[in-house]
Amino acid sequence: MNMKKGDWKNLGWGAALLAFAALLPLTGDGYLISLGVSIAMYVVLATSWALFSGPTHYISLATAAFFGVGTYVMGSGIEYISYWALLPIAGLIGGLIAALVGLATLRLSGVYFVIFTLGLAEMTRQAVTWYQNQTGHKGTYVLTDLTDPDIYWQLLVLAGLVFLLGWAIGRSKLGFALRIIGDDEDVARHVGINTALSKVALFVVSGATAAIVGAMIAPRFIYIEPATAFTPMLSFQVVIMALLGGTGRLWGPLVGVIPFTLLWEAISSSFPNQTTLLLGLSFLAIVYLLPGGFVGLYDRLKGRAARRSAMA
Amino acid sequence: MTAPTVISLRGATKQFGGLVAVDNVSFDVREHQVLGLIGPNGSGKSTTLNLISGALPATDGDITLRGGTITGLPAREIARKGVSRTFQLVRLLPSMNVLENVMAGAVFGHRRRWGASAERHALQVLEKIGMADKAKASVGQLTYIDTKRVELARALSGETEVLLLDEWLAGLNPTELTEGIDLIHQLRDEGRTIILVEHVMDAIRSLCDTCVVMSSGKKIAEGSTDDVLSDPEVIRAYLGDDDA
Amino acid sequence: MDILITGLILGGTYALIALGLNLQYGVSRIMNLANGEMLVIGAFAAFTLFTVGQVSPLLTIFLVAPLAYVLNWLIYRIMLRPLVKRAKNRGMLEVDAILTTFGLSFVMVGIMIWAFGGDYFSYSYLARPITIFGDNYGLNRVVAFGCAALLCAALYLWLNVSRAGMAIRAVSVSPENARLVGIDVPKLSARAFALGGAVTAVGGAVISTFLTLDASTGVMFTMKALIIVIMGGVGDVRGTILAALVLGVGETFVASVIDPGLTLVAAYALFILILLFRPQGFFGRKPT
Repeated sequence: MNMKKGDWKNLGWGAALLAFAALLPLTGDGYLISLGVSIAMYVVLATSWALFSGPTHYISLATAAFFGVGTYVMGSGIEYISYWALLPIAGLIGGLIAALVGLATLRLSGVYFVIFTLGLAEMTRQAVTWYQNQTGHKGTYVLTDLTDPDIYWQLLVLAGLVFLLGWAIGRSKLGFALRIIGDDEDVARHVGINTALSKVALFVVSGATAAIVGAMIAPRFIYIEPATAFTPMLSFQVVIMALLGGTGRLWGPLVGVIPFTLLWEAISSSFPNQTTLLLGLSFLAIVYLLPGGFVGLYDRLKGRAARRSAMA
Repeated sequence: MTAPTVISLRGATKQFGGLVAVDNVSFDVREHQVLGLIGPNGSGKSTTLNLISGALPATDGDITLRGGTITGLPAREIARKGVSRTFQLVRLLPSMNVLENVMAGAVFGHRRRWGASAERHALQVLEKIGMADKAKASVGQLTYIDTKRVELARALSGETEVLLLDEWLAGLNPTELTEGIDLIHQLRDEGRTIILVEHVMDAIRSLCDTCVVMSSGKKIAEGSTDDVLSDPEVIRAYLGDDDA
Repeated sequence: MDILITGLILGGTYALIALGLNLQYGVSRIMNLANGEMLVIGAFAAFTLFTVGQVSPLLTIFLVAPLAYVLNWLIYRIMLRPLVKRAKNRGMLEVDAILTTFGLSFVMVGIMIWAFGGDYFSYSYLARPITIFGDNYGLNRVVAFGCAALLCAALYLWLNVSRAGMAIRAVSVSPENARLVGIDVPKLSARAFALGGAVTAVGGAVISTFLTLDASTGVMFTMKALIIVIMGGVGDVRGTILAALVLGVGETFVASVIDPGLTLVAAYALFILILLFRPQGFFGRKPT
């Protein structure tokens, strides 16, 4: 792969930013670190969500389902296998489910896909609850000696990997194919692109990532039951953060996650009943006030500045 | 000695519910031949083209490319085997510039290239159709004929075996039309195999070696362009019974 | 037999809700994901009027329907119409509509929680048993089913016989051609959207007589209604009714034979089968 000068620069910036973020636990402030874990988690989820949904325009609400599956893989396996082996296993299982769901629904229009993914978390929750009732135990314990800073660092590493992967996909044939699919799927088919396979491939990436995140977060829950592992709200939060930042660029979701997480924390601590309302208003604000998210706004401002300097 | 057959239709049929849009149509296209698929509106020409390109699956019949069956294959595989097309209403990729639009064909088409090689090749194709200077332009800024050129370049850049043009000349003004016909002439002189759905009679006369005439989904005539266009049945199909 | 009748009764009410959604999607081409909240609002109205003023839910319908009609008309005109106008293609409109209606759904849930709290609500109306073929069923369920059946039939007749119904069907088949024959598509879309919302809200009032609901149950109904619309085929009244009955019976079967906690799994199993084998709906033609 030939690297241009700009690529090295971006890579350097990314590494520096990551290293700086890794210093957070040194503050020793428990609240800050816990907030850091949330932000790091949402950065990974929203970025990997946007890798798939950005170019294809399919809105996936399956994040909570994959996340929950990952949590459960960790919860049911930790007694028998090591933590580090369970992370890739969670990714594999999440990816496999994503592949099956993708093959069944990604051939069809976006509406079918949204509906299907919307119910996926709830359906998985029902199935897990039923299975647990059948076998007679209610929840499982995940007991590890991992602390919040450990989880935070793990999530940062994962975030770095997701960014690298996204960057590599953006430069690959697959990335080019996805941009064409996003513009016009019929044209994509007629120039010889396997549209279904390309979409499924990216959906698998985002599904596997969400499952790994779920597995990483599991030790924080300590006690896992279906209602905590499968929270439909998570899917919506991820969608909003990614769209708020903008899916047009790799760094878009990142700039959406930070303000939204802070806002969410503030609202849910002072008005715990109003989070739903906040979620709804954010959706409407993105559609009517900020289409394209912060990235779209940035591009428009840049375009305007360029036009002005061209005229001057 | 005749050139080998590239595309061959045998009893190709397409039904939409009760409507038979293409009814048992058979014809052959030979290498280096420009074949005009003509007929009145709604006669099934575009549908026939869609069957060849794989945009629609045929209800019945066989379509082969150099002897290999392509009936029922998805559009992407037919494209990869060397059949590429333009659309009746121009379809460019709005978020990409001219060069990237053409590269789409070079990267995923019949002969696949990637990276610098794909870019070089796409530029060559743009040069050939006279648009090298607009390679970095966004497609929103193009004139109508230029959008058609870009679409043509995209179809060509995969080094396709057969080119399907669906009313490529429609909607052009007189000056553009001359330019357009010259461009297709140039492709014809290169010895390309082309199937052309067209209404513009001047273009058909000067470009097509042979014509297949369709009416109400059926093939009603086939032969050299001059013969076909003077066939009384063809004239009747175009002008209606009263005028014949 | 027991399962079949309970299932059919449940399916009948589902049919009403799904018809509302289908009317909206078929004509205005906007998949309204806030549909379930409209149902909950209808149910809330019935609950409030019954507990406060002892008003029969069957009378509440006549108040709920016009109010929901106006509310949905306003939603369409103020929020959705601008999106239709600015959309460059179908895909963009789809994404915008999904986000907007989701947003609306959350806003409505938020307001309801804020105003009424997040508690379950139910009331006792016609909770007497009635015997059909030797088994007992709640009278409220049977009455609800009767209401739903009556309304479905009325809607079906209206769509097939009246001039306005014909125009609505024309738009759902082809908006472009409908415009050519002089139908005012934007106006009709707004009306169909409003009517669909009204039908769903009425469905909510009816369903509240025998189901316990809370402010956030709407999304469950949206999901079921969507599954029904997809199974039955967009714009297809017969298909929708059949699909609703199939879902009602399927759910009841799973709930009583396997586990009541698995109703959504049952609905999904049906959904997947349909997606894999008949994505164009029960009566739909093969897509071309």
